Amino acid sequence: MTATHDPTIPPPRRLKPWNAVERGLAKVGISGRMLVLFAPALWLLIFFLVPLAVVFGISLATKQFGRPPYSALLSTEDGTVQLTLHLSNYIRIFTDNLYVAAYLSSIRIAAISTVITLLVGYPMAYAIARADDRWRNILLMLVILPFFTSFLLRVYALTGFMRGNGVINQLLGLFGIEPLVMMQTDFAVYVGIVYTYLPFMILPLYTTLVKLDVSLFEASADLGGRPMRTFLSITLPLSLPGIIAGSMLVFIPAIGEFVIPSLLGGPETLMIGRVLWDEFFTAANWPRAAAVAVAMLVVVVVPIMLMQRAQSAVVEK
Amino acid sequence: MFRRGWFLPIAAALGFTFLYAPIVSLVIFSFNENRLVTVWSGFSFKWYGELFRDPQMLNAAWLSLQIAALSASIALVLGTLAAVALVRFRRFRGRTLFSGMVSAPLVMPDVITGLALLLLFVAMESFIGWPRGRGMLTIVIAHSTFCMAYVCVVVQSRLSDFDRSLEEAAMDLGASPVRTFFDITLPIIAPALVSGWLLGFTLSLDDLVIASFVSGPGSSTLPMVIFSKVKLGVSPDVNALATIIIGIVATGVLIATIIQLRTKPKKARA
Repeated sequence: MTATHDPTIPPPRRLKPWNAVERGLAKVGISGRMLVLFAPALWLLIFFLVPLAVVFGISLATKQFGRPPYSALLSTEDGTVQLTLHLSNYIRIFTDNLYVAAYLSSIRIAAISTVITLLVGYPMAYAIARADDRWRNILLMLVILPFFTSFLLRVYALTGFMRGNGVINQLLGLFGIEPLVMMQTDFAVYVGIVYTYLPFMILPLYTTLVKLDVSLFEASADLGGRPMRTFLSITLPLSLPGIIAGSMLVFIPAIGEFVIPSLLGGPETLMIGRVLWDEFFTAANWPRAAAVAVAMLVVVVVPIMLMQRAQSAVVEK
Repeated sequence: MFRRGWFLPIAAALGFTFLYAPIVSLVIFSFNENRLVTVWSGFSFKWYGELFRDPQMLNAAWLSLQIAALSASIALVLGTLAAVALVRFRRFRGRTLFSGMVSAPLVMPDVITGLALLLLFVAMESFIGWPRGRGMLTIVIAHSTFCMAYVCVVVQSRLSDFDRSLEEAAMDLGASPVRTFFDITLPIIAPALVSGWLLGFTLSLDDLVIASFVSGPGSSTLPMVIFSKVKLGVSPDVNALATIIIGIVATGVLIATIIQLRTKPKKARA
């Protein structure tokens, strides 16, 4: 890196134009740090915050034929500007059983999967944190590796595993056990979520567990604490930020999951992400899809805030 | 190896089996000659040949690679700037909003992000005439936005645990903040930048939901093609494709881990 600098040019001279620019900007009240902040802030404003506002706006329109396929909120008639807001989409969402059931079942599926992921992931994270250095890096790599391979292809791999004539049923057949119906059930959706989101649970848990002071366990053991007692009264409470962060990283995206229920779930597996998808792509009802998205956002906001708190707690430690 | 008896090793072994068994079986069956993915009838490279003769698959793969490289690069620049702002500027107006905006895309359900960006692009097109239609450009914008959050997290952790006295020394010796950044800070955070870029690249390459919303006619990405194939039923050439992708990723991660293991002890001593 340093080799590219030309040694014949003294550094101060190269800096002059920059300094002048900096001083000039400072006069108008813009500092270098503001410029660093400006680009990402502007980008996020336009492509993250404004879109959410647009979704909210369009959720108050109604479907119509044409381009774009929704009614305009603002219209001018005889020189007066009219603002037309329709609440029909929201009324429909709260009164139609399909939507209510889809929300409740998404939350239920996401919550159950999160608990299972925690139960599977905690011992794994703990084992990695307690392993000696050489093993620890290899095991961590094994956790991260599936995360880098395609999500879609991992879900596809599961379909090959759980299908009627899939690997599991062939194995069961060797022992003379009748094939199980696993695909297109809620069970398959649970397995799919646990399988694909496991690294998201293990990594934050590992980060908190590896930082725990070993002398605390020794002190507890010296004082006669049995391993279970030590775990419940020391390890578990101290790893709470990791548990919260990991659980939220699984729970929040799982609520809006589309790929897993549509590839692994059956027709009766209702999830809100799938409802939104069908509303948009099949029914082509953009305003209704937008209203579904706003309602989903309301469900997701509380866990997001919980997660940010847990995250800042981890960072401070 | 473990301090706590038999429970942890067994739990970990079962967990890793759960993680890897489906992938291993997918790889094995990609070399199966039979069209029925789960009935073994002999070793063959047939499906790999089939894969490379499928123009739809190849075009989609090329488009996805271009989109991933572009998005990862944009996300790298924006994410690094955001990370510098969050770690180095302790207090500024709108910090809470800014950090919220940076990290929210991490957990935002894909269907919401996709729908929101699509509605934005449609509204923008009717108001200012840009972007004209939807396709590669809109997918790149969408992917850059969510990849940026991941880059920011990775760079942030690297920035917050490095020794600031190095930067202070450079500034004491007369280097401007910008020069200090390029000569001192950048080389130190380079590993995080590389892993941030790679993370963005793979996430973009992987995305189905957001791309489905914001893409236009004729710009189907690889996951969109795979999804439509998988929806119709099993197809052995998807197994072959998956094996190739897993092979590339495994090699990459393996090399990265070896490099990391080799460089770590040196730093610990220094």
